[in-house]
Amino acid sequence: MKVQVLGAVSGLAVIAATAVSAEPQAEVLHYWTSGGEAKSVAVLQEEFAANGGTWTDMPVAGGGGDAAGTALRARVLAGNAPTAAQIKGPAIQEWYEEGVLADISAVAEANNWADVLPASIAGHMQCEGTWCAAPVNVHRVDWIWANAEVLAANGLEMPTSWDEFNAAAETLMAAGIIPLAHGGQAWQDATVFEAVALGILGAEGYKKAFVELDTDTLTSDEMIAVFDQMRTMRGFVDSNFSGRDWNLATAMVMNGEAAFQIMGDWAKGEFMAAGQVPGEDFLCASTPGDGFLYNVDSFAMFEVDGEEKQQGQALLAKLVVGQNFQEVFNLNKGSIPARTDVSLDAFDSCAILSAEDMAASNEGGSLLPSYAHGMALRGAQSGAITDVVTAHFNSDMSSEDAVKQLAAAIANSL
Amino acid sequence: MTDMSYAPETSRSNTGKIALRWGLYLMLGLFALFYLMPLFVMITTSFKSLEEIRTGDLISLPREVTFDAWRTAWSQACTGIQCEGVRPFFWNSVLIAIPAVFISTLVGALNGYVVAQWRFRGANLFFALMLFGCFIPFQVVLLPMARMLGLMGLAGTIPGLIYVHVIYGLGFTTLFFRNYYVSIPSELTKAAKVDGAGFFRIFWSIFLPLSLPIIVVTIIWQFTQIWNDFLFGVSFSQAGTQPVTVALNNIVNSTTGVKAYNVDMAAAIIAALPTLFVYVVAGKYFVRGLTAGSVKG
Amino acid sequence: MTKWLEENTPKLVLAPSFVIVLIFVYGFIAWTAWVSLTRSRLLPRYEIDGFIQYSRLFESPRWDTAFSNLFVFGFLFIVIAMILGLTLSILLDQNIRTEGAIRTIYLYPMALSMIVTGTAWKWILNPGLGLEATVRGWGFENFTFDWLVNPDMAIYTIVVAAIWQSSGFVMALFLAGLRSVDQEIIKAAQVDGIPTWRVYTAIIIPSMAPIFLSAFIVLSHLAIKSFDLVIALTGGGPGYATDLPATYMYAMAFSRGDIGQAASSAMVMMMVVFTIVVPYLYSELRSKND
Repeated sequence: MKVQVLGAVSGLAVIAATAVSAEPQAEVLHYWTSGGEAKSVAVLQEEFAANGGTWTDMPVAGGGGDAAGTALRARVLAGNAPTAAQIKGPAIQEWYEEGVLADISAVAEANNWADVLPASIAGHMQCEGTWCAAPVNVHRVDWIWANAEVLAANGLEMPTSWDEFNAAAETLMAAGIIPLAHGGQAWQDATVFEAVALGILGAEGYKKAFVELDTDTLTSDEMIAVFDQMRTMRGFVDSNFSGRDWNLATAMVMNGEAAFQIMGDWAKGEFMAAGQVPGEDFLCASTPGDGFLYNVDSFAMFEVDGEEKQQGQALLAKLVVGQNFQEVFNLNKGSIPARTDVSLDAFDSCAILSAEDMAASNEGGSLLPSYAHGMALRGAQSGAITDVVTAHFNSDMSSEDAVKQLAAAIANSL
Repeated sequence: MTDMSYAPETSRSNTGKIALRWGLYLMLGLFALFYLMPLFVMITTSFKSLEEIRTGDLISLPREVTFDAWRTAWSQACTGIQCEGVRPFFWNSVLIAIPAVFISTLVGALNGYVVAQWRFRGANLFFALMLFGCFIPFQVVLLPMARMLGLMGLAGTIPGLIYVHVIYGLGFTTLFFRNYYVSIPSELTKAAKVDGAGFFRIFWSIFLPLSLPIIVVTIIWQFTQIWNDFLFGVSFSQAGTQPVTVALNNIVNSTTGVKAYNVDMAAAIIAALPTLFVYVVAGKYFVRGLTAGSVKG
Repeated sequence: MTKWLEENTPKLVLAPSFVIVLIFVYGFIAWTAWVSLTRSRLLPRYEIDGFIQYSRLFESPRWDTAFSNLFVFGFLFIVIAMILGLTLSILLDQNIRTEGAIRTIYLYPMALSMIVTGTAWKWILNPGLGLEATVRGWGFENFTFDWLVNPDMAIYTIVVAAIWQSSGFVMALFLAGLRSVDQEIIKAAQVDGIPTWRVYTAIIIPSMAPIFLSAFIVLSHLAIKSFDLVIALTGGGPGYATDLPATYMYAMAFSRGDIGQAASSAMVMMMVVFTIVVPYLYSELRSKND
């Protein structure tokens, strides 16, 4: 294994040093298949081709990457790993520990990744001191979206605390409007939960609970308060929310049936696709509380044989973090660039707000990984938390019981 | 045909009979509605524009019929970077399904023939082992199978997928043929043996001609299973060998993209056309085969 | 030599299937058993570490739900699909003029992939969009059909959709069986004045025992493997109220990187299958062959 790693490193070094001798090739396993997403990846493919490379597309959608993960495992076990695959969060380090990831430090150092990426995001891309993945974008998860007209008609503004949110919701209920558009799928429950947790526990508490899995924080009174707020919010949701897709919930906000939705910034794409304008037709703000929960997509390179493929990996890594791709891709996708030196002139007001908040929270130490989207914890642990969150939200479990179950589930998750 | 019109008749039961007949048709019709309901939703949705779906009822007739979704699904929907619809993936599925159905049906017929007609010590144990094998959850076999395919050099190839489908189809094909052949009197085989016919000759000229109905059942089952398979298709394929279900999944599923339900529905119906076709055509042979079967008495 | 070959042809014909099943079914079960004793996460590892995965499994409230759902779902699904399949086949066997069309209508759900049919069902069953809204629209304001969003009832919507999908195939199996019953016996019975329903219960249905075996195997196989259905219809929700062992296993193995846990849940599933199917197979095969 060691020898192979060295081989890969020297292979990359050669490419960095000399002109391209063989045609770079890449088979890329990803789960971006729908309209806007696919267009975004196509940008990368074109750039790849413009640099003399051949891109083989291996898309597998579904389940937020579950199906792609299945295909990836099967292919790695078969000794037929793709050149690059879309993997994110701690899963990158887990794959590295299995000894199957290639080292792309040569590219990262040649292109100064350490200087252009926020430190906490750069940390996700490194495995034991080497670079092992390339970041594509930053989705903010703790967004609250609102129908501007509905808020104005009821004399409301975007809430800045959860109490304000609750008060606004009561007003809306009285006016016959569904306060919170929500889809009852486990990951959506978890998305709302982590936004609430960030607001109530604060950045420090959130980090202790969902990054460090600190038992005291997980069983604290504040955590009970988080579950209490979830119970309150259950009352702000219509009765048919179970199983609803997130985009149908967004549609409810768009047509004024509901007022708010708590969802990551991919929801923006739905508003935009319907021709709505941020700041006029719909409003965006961070959920009450300080901090920034990020969900960063990234590509990891697998150890492969053949100089063409290794060159393909180097080229791909370089392009993914390149300024041009970061701009074009994120304009398409609704997220913001992972690197901080990309001009935001072409971006909408929500994206600019997101970028400003990211810079500020990076300074203040409140730039935090989203647990609900697999950025903070290993799959088994975040899954265990989500099981409790969704069970609590969809039953009449008490907050005290939920906290007890939470501690037990984490202990049981190895 | 199991004709029930032989029952003794009286004039009183005659009106009752007509009422019964109407009741019969009514029940069949109601069941037909139950079965058709989701198809109705799918078809109407596929003819709506996305605007209409976003604003209107999901379950209603389209206000304005448009074929755009069908065109998109067939040749323009994005399944990744390529936006060529489900069309390119169709051929992969055909290349996988036809050989896999053929091989598993043939081997299953031979297995069933042996187990039902050439009993020897252990034949029943073999059958039980095969049957129990039907129950192994496919999620369990994914990882070891991936390793095996890698060792055999079949990883990511169409022959690899055919191989996997044949293996996990054998239990069922054997079951179907065995249950069919077990009802054929063993005297037939004995008589043929006395006449000097061998193992394969008896199979070829006596059993196979009698097997049309069960061949149809087996083909329906196998073709449906293989054509609609997603789990094996997604795990054991690579770029270029992905079957149509994977393409369909890529069109339908997206975590953070805009959903085009009309295209989803149209793509689903297109992807199902071959199986639907098999059902319609095979249904006919079903009856024909059965008529032939009843001649044999 | 040729004589030996002749005598052993049947065994030789079975041999390849035998070897394949031994490796790819029983070998893989053994592999799973092994992995279930390890702490495998993202990829399988082979250092044995006792029964930790099983104790984790039995402490998981989600597994409890999934496991008991398997029995509720499996039992209802198999029984109802069998009864419905048999009923439909008998109804359809009464010289129905449009038999071809009706049979195709009953059979077609099997042809559609659940990936999308699930969405259609989701809309139909959703109280705000589907049946409930439509019937209320007709003026029946008190009509309620909210199983899909009710954690206690959601599992039954899975049963409904599963029956919708597979009962047609069971009907086809039974129809084939009905038509292969010896007509002479039936005619004789009718000449003797035996009522039609007696002819069915006493003569026709008992003679279809092998078909019941096929139908049972097909249905229980579908019940145990029901996966796409749950993912597409409820995604396991509300909460995890409609989780089944197959979806639990998949979630553990492929979205949570907890392969050891997945393997242990697979082994428990296999044991359940074993205790239910083996006695059934045993009695079926014995009565057939003696």
